[in-house]
Amino acid sequence: MREISAGLISREITRLCIEANMRLPEDVRKAMEAAHLSEPWPVARDTLGVLCSNMCAAESRGLPVCQDTGMACVFMEIGQDVHISGDLYAAVNEGVARGYTGGFLRKSVVADPLRRLNTGDNTPALITVDIVPGDRLRLTVAPKGFGSENMSRLAMLKPADGAEGVKNFVVETVKLAGANPCPPVILGVGIGGSFDKVAQLAKHALLRPVDRPNGDEYYAAMERELLERINSLGIGPQGFGGRTTALGVNIEVMPTHVAGLPVAVNVSCHVTRRAGCVL
Amino acid sequence: MEYRISFPASREELSVLRAGDRVIASGLIYTARDAAHKRLTELIHAGKELPVDICGAAIYYAGPTPEKPGQIIGSCGPTTSGRMDAYAPELLDHGLAVMIGKGDRSAAVIDAVVRNGAVYLAAMGGAGALMGSCVTGAELVCYEDLGCEAIRALKVKDMPLTVAIDSLGGDIYKNGPEAYLKSLED
Repeated sequence: MREISAGLISREITRLCIEANMRLPEDVRKAMEAAHLSEPWPVARDTLGVLCSNMCAAESRGLPVCQDTGMACVFMEIGQDVHISGDLYAAVNEGVARGYTGGFLRKSVVADPLRRLNTGDNTPALITVDIVPGDRLRLTVAPKGFGSENMSRLAMLKPADGAEGVKNFVVETVKLAGANPCPPVILGVGIGGSFDKVAQLAKHALLRPVDRPNGDEYYAAMERELLERINSLGIGPQGFGGRTTALGVNIEVMPTHVAGLPVAVNVSCHVTRRAGCVL
Repeated sequence: MEYRISFPASREELSVLRAGDRVIASGLIYTARDAAHKRLTELIHAGKELPVDICGAAIYYAGPTPEKPGQIIGSCGPTTSGRMDAYAPELLDHGLAVMIGKGDRSAAVIDAVVRNGAVYLAAMGGAGALMGSCVTGAELVCYEDLGCEAIRALKVKDMPLTVAIDSLGGDIYKNGPEAYLKSLED
């Protein structure tokens, strides 16, 4: 049994909230730079150039890359041999509150979906916990903006719809989203499970670096095919037209029922953020 | 084409802009998002005076991050304009001249832009750090209780924008992708 204090977790969450919002992950930066170099359409190339300079401006001026510093999605993989002393959920929320307040990040959370009073410190976090073997604790903070979140979709397809039905649904989602999610987008796609699990899968797919394909060649090929189809839509960066509509498509799958084919697409923007550590 | 425009701008200045043109904007703009739009239209319905004079004004759909000590403003990019579609035609009919945001607009908003000789400009979505660096002054006007959604008066200098919907109804979100796709056929 290994002891980890809730206080340590809280401090790390604070640090990760700030880090994630100030500097994009290396794979996203590289994908943006590569798209900038390879984009054939002049308007789109200029636009990608501006978005790349924004990443540098954020870092040099100590500003968040995007003003929508998101809801704090916190993922914890907790080793089953870890004992946490203190209140874990309270510690995570304290960490988020301190990160968003002390880090001068935007507070974008309302306490009630209809009465809409801002909570003032960006809590509560959206917390996902997985129990895994071992005695370590992996923390990932992935602040999620809602311009892209709002464009996400879920469908309970029929098994007869098959792979083609899934692919059409993904492409249709990007088409319907158009310029709204700040393209170039990154897509997290979940296939299988149930109504609730497929949405979680899609969100989880966004944690995988865009340059790392699915380990199963069948789905890796589907990721490549989808990226190609999406980048033939013509939407382009910011929706001004061009090739680079998406930077990557990450698919995650799980077993499902004989009668079902759930699919979910979690749309994320070019400011796809994540920062993590292992305790 | 590229134009340098200072806000507030006259309808004549705005009338030459065409979808796809670049605008380097300076001058005065107001921030307002969902909640502020709701309050402004409620005041219009009640026949009351607005806390800001929107006649000829430019509204920027933005909710910046808080400024650090010594900074004027934090990160300050545009939010998705479509959420303001329900309110925008009414504000345009009451004199609003310029909307700044990102993403496409409803047919009703495009009609109102044409009807009023207004313009819709696109700022660079997700480029909050860059857009924030164009802000040279920021002052709270009203609705402080809305936090990041409060109305602020911003002084901006050389803010890079793109004409998205012009006073003839030209729409970059339609024309831009079409032009690119057509170039692949040629």
